[in-house]
Amino acid sequence: MWRDDIDLSTSAAAMTTPSPDSPPLGGEGVKRREFLKTTTVAAAGLIVACFIPTAVRKALAESAPGAKPPVSPNAFIHIAPDNSVTVLLKHSEMGQGVWTSLPMVIAEELGCDWNAIKVEHAPAAPEYAHTAYGLQMTGGSTSTWESFDQLRSAGATARELLLTAGAAKLGAKAADCRVDNGYIVHGTKRVSFGAVAEAAAKLPTPTDVKLKDAKDWTIIGKPTRRLDSKAKVTGKAEFGIDVKRPNMLVAVVARAPVFGAKLKTMDASKAKAIDGVMDVVEVPSGVAVLGKHFWAAKKGRDALVLEWDEGAFANGSTAALREEYRKLAAKPGAPAKVAGDVDAALKKAPHAIEAEYELPFLAHAPMEPLNCTVEITKDGCDVWTGTQFQGVDQGAVAKILGLKPDQVRIHTTFLGGGFGRRANPSSDFISEAVEVAKASKKTVKVVWTREDDIHGGYYRPMWLSRFRAALGEGGKPVAWSHTIVGQSIMAGTFFAPMMVKDGIDGTSVEGAADSPYLDAIPAHRVDLHSPTSPVTVLWWRSVGHSHTAFVVESFVDELAHAAKQDPLDYRRALLPKDSRERRALDLAAEKFGWGKPLPQGHAAGMAVHQSFGSYVAQIAEVSVE
Amino acid sequence: MKLVVNGQPHEVDASADMPLLWVLRDLIGLTGTKFGCGMALCGACTVHVDGQPIRSCVTPASALAGKSITTIEGLSKDGTHPVQIAWQEVDVVQCGYCQSGQVMTAAALIKQKPDPTDANIDAAMAGNLCRCGTYQRIRTAVHRAAALSKKENDHVA
Repeated sequence: MWRDDIDLSTSAAAMTTPSPDSPPLGGEGVKRREFLKTTTVAAAGLIVACFIPTAVRKALAESAPGAKPPVSPNAFIHIAPDNSVTVLLKHSEMGQGVWTSLPMVIAEELGCDWNAIKVEHAPAAPEYAHTAYGLQMTGGSTSTWESFDQLRSAGATARELLLTAGAAKLGAKAADCRVDNGYIVHGTKRVSFGAVAEAAAKLPTPTDVKLKDAKDWTIIGKPTRRLDSKAKVTGKAEFGIDVKRPNMLVAVVARAPVFGAKLKTMDASKAKAIDGVMDVVEVPSGVAVLGKHFWAAKKGRDALVLEWDEGAFANGSTAALREEYRKLAAKPGAPAKVAGDVDAALKKAPHAIEAEYELPFLAHAPMEPLNCTVEITKDGCDVWTGTQFQGVDQGAVAKILGLKPDQVRIHTTFLGGGFGRRANPSSDFISEAVEVAKASKKTVKVVWTREDDIHGGYYRPMWLSRFRAALGEGGKPVAWSHTIVGQSIMAGTFFAPMMVKDGIDGTSVEGAADSPYLDAIPAHRVDLHSPTSPVTVLWWRSVGHSHTAFVVESFVDELAHAAKQDPLDYRRALLPKDSRERRALDLAAEKFGWGKPLPQGHAAGMAVHQSFGSYVAQIAEVSVE
Repeated sequence: MKLVVNGQPHEVDASADMPLLWVLRDLIGLTGTKFGCGMALCGACTVHVDGQPIRSCVTPASALAGKSITTIEGLSKDGTHPVQIAWQEVDVVQCGYCQSGQVMTAAALIKQKPDPTDANIDAAMAGNLCRCGTYQRIRTAVHRAAALSKKENDHVA
């Protein structure tokens, strides 16, 4: 999702989004001395609270003028008198492993007993904002790099405080003590973290903690078993769909059958007659049936008699969109990357090589259907859900209910998959649940069926890519024209000012406008049409790369074929000599034994691509049975 | 209606068409069994009825009177079934949502075939989808579970 550390500086789609190697928003970098503060709060023990980066504070101030950065007892680490070390995870665990990997980063510096680690999802609060994006979220393959130094510093600060407090207790100098597996050790004497946690919390926070040298790491980089395995193989792990609250009802919503349709009439009499149905309410997204349990609510939903004004898209279809896309692709769109005179080079060539690729809308289809539980209270609102987007959802809920963001308490559960669907700028499934709770005045869990999920939208956009190329001496391409057609994900969201430049949504062309092949082709042009439609679109795992890797690599194969050259040799000749793409390809070719005789009816093909800082080359051997 | 789940009798107020899945999750409060599709297409809702794996999302609870129902919560007392141990040793899980169903299907398989081949495993597990793509580790872990189970049985014998 979004940008990462790809350098697009040579393309028209260049962006200034931060990377692991560049300072976060505001360009000030992170000064360690303002990084951490420690607090003593009602809870016993030592809490190392997180800092609010200056850039985030600035963003907060702009979004909510006059708002003071809140002071709260939120923390990354809580060391209790019983020696337990609780890590409050600011990122959402959705299968990618942050429940284990980020505590490893803390434990490396802290020097605690790994078995003493407990993990909880953090609440929604500005302190947990993404250090580069400025709001609390999980996505874009960023979790580890964005919090790596922050969490190491948190661990090291706690260690230094414990060391100081432990040394005092042992009657020794801190410099003569060391930390070992949850103890402060001096010679043959030792004292546990828990025993000095409260004393440590009263000490001034050190401002210049030293982080371990990478060569001294004993946890980071070592295979470590997941901390969430046992809960997930015994049925004890709590996902959003498992949440149960006192007097909670379950709701299933009838949503518009066509994108953009509006409800005309509703007859809920049959639904209300179903045993277990408790209420039917209209909400902006449709009609919600509330039942004692899912089955009653679902039967009730299916028994609603609804008439919709299907609107302008009533006769919309994939075929019609495809036709529109094809027409658009016949002419150049907004330039994303241009060099030389492509049209002249194509005209000069004896014959152009052309190809067109179509990729469909795709649903994220996480295994856990979308769901959200909402309880509106006297002083605010509690929301239980598996979300990737706490920093956005909190504001969306507050807006619907007329609350301040800090009155919205988001309880993040495990996510049964995310893939971007649970990070929606419109907070769709969370806002809807809040609307249902508001309209019904009940504590409610809204559950989507699988069919709701598949036909409810927020898809990876449908794409069409049209290529034209001309080959010159030695079969090398001298002209490359790539026209991309598809809906912009970022347009209309609050990311648009950062992500859409000169009519180019960077996520529409990533992997194509920055293709490493282009520099070897004297005349090249990658351009973009961004048609709109009522179909809702969203980032889907790997975003633009989910279409560009396939089409660029497929077309390079077409060129190699036309030039009657080996696809490995052809790629190697185009890729910069020391590029990681070329090295990855060489390694894959070596491991596969490229060129070896294949059995009758077998063939091999390859692809190489970089996305989100990872370089991947694959060789597949296929046969038709 | 009366049901026996994990050895415990339960009296539940459910309509005749209410799938076992929702009786387990919403009436009895056993949420380890998951809803994925409601159409017996993904396997997330797999439980055992008299030792056989079934899809609870399409099985009316009313058809199960007098039968013994086992869910992920009842597979072992403390997560020590060989499949649960193997799953942890191999670090199978990612998001984990499908894994209750995977574990229940695998447990039924190794009971039926104590020494399954890759082909046996692929055939038995084919109906259990994993969106994270943990299939390779599932196969490894089923072999490991079978080995652990044999050892356990040898020990008992």
